Amino acid sequence: MKQSTTLEILVGLFVAIGLAALFVLAMKVSNITALNDENGYEITANFENVGGLKVRSPVSVSGVRIGRVSDIHYDIERFEAVVTLKIGRDYRLPTDTSASIFTSGLLGEQYISLEPGGSEENLQDGDRLKLTQSALVMEQIIGRVLFNKASEGVEK
Amino acid sequence: MNALARLGRTGLAFFERLGRGHVFLAQMLYGLPSMLLRPRLVVQQIYSVGVLSLLIIAVSGLFVGMVLGLQGYNTLSDFGAAESLGVMVALTLVRELGPVVAALLYGGRAGSALTAEIGLMKATEQLSGMEMMAVDPVRRVIVPRFLAGMIVMPLLAAIFSAIGVYGGYFVGVGLLGVDEGAFWSQMQANVDLHEDILNGVIKSVVFGVVVTWIAVFEGYDCVPTSEGVSRATTRTVVHSALAVLGLDFVLTALMFGDV
Repeated sequence: MKQSTTLEILVGLFVAIGLAALFVLAMKVSNITALNDENGYEITANFENVGGLKVRSPVSVSGVRIGRVSDIHYDIERFEAVVTLKIGRDYRLPTDTSASIFTSGLLGEQYISLEPGGSEENLQDGDRLKLTQSALVMEQIIGRVLFNKASEGVEK
Repeated sequence: MNALARLGRTGLAFFERLGRGHVFLAQMLYGLPSMLLRPRLVVQQIYSVGVLSLLIIAVSGLFVGMVLGLQGYNTLSDFGAAESLGVMVALTLVRELGPVVAALLYGGRAGSALTAEIGLMKATEQLSGMEMMAVDPVRRVIVPRFLAGMIVMPLLAAIFSAIGVYGGYFVGVGLLGVDEGAFWSQMQANVDLHEDILNGVIKSVVFGVVVTWIAVFEGYDCVPTSEGVSRATTRTVVHSALAVLGLDFVLTALMFGDV
């Protein structure tokens, strides 16, 4: 009888360690501690080009993450990409907020940065942002630089 | 003509065995509810397949994580992205290496022991003895082991991954000087609870079922001689490794790939 109690204690310990490992993976390794996605409201923004933006990319204001990209699709009538942003319920944004797609670091992931305007009214669920700036595409920048250089050469 | 007949015999034997294996699986699943009445048997098996495998799993996890930290740092620092080390280590472990290596180790450490044990029970006619006493050997011997394997495998894989992450942390942050905050924050930003961790757990449950199934079936179905038991044990290790690696590809394609 004594032996079987030790055995049960060891098994209990083992199961506890296993569950603790799962708990560590969930709390320490994954994003469960980050923003709770369930609570919040959705706004949409149209972009000419979303670059490398992905669903679940961060949405931030002044560098503080306030939400995530919840959906990206292509509007066949306006020929633009429609990005749906899920913003945490606690964050209120004025109606004339503008959205830009930036890159964190040189090769980092892309995210949406919001710039609040001065309007008195706040964005509601389902509203659309009117001021947007597309992602910078490396080839376009290089092309523009080359074009400028070429035109300088012509003037001389 | 003779060769053709032999081919036919081999084919028939193969499919017969495959069929027996599936009937056996059905018998085990049918016997699962009866384990609620006798949890003590399962506890005992969790001890022998789980607790005794803990050391090898923990040590392997630590070293796999440390190697990942070292190799990942060498490659990532070439691109100036050494801060992504945490993401790389965590995703590799949680998605792939945790479930797969833990299952391979489990097959080698516990699976072979299960086959040898059940095979010897059969060789020494303990299983027939039970039948004579109107005790169903499947329910008394096999099902507790099967259920224990199902319970133990995800726990072992989680322990492997968690220790591996800390191994990578020790090498990356402790020895190579990656920024600690970036290591954890990038990891937390990129590892998803459902997408990565839950899928890893599902993988390890599937591996647990398959490896344990192969192990107990090989033991139950072995030729009851010392040679037969040794062959069955070898087959358990080889087949379970192949099954784990093959299934891993299928599961990965279903979970993460857009194949």
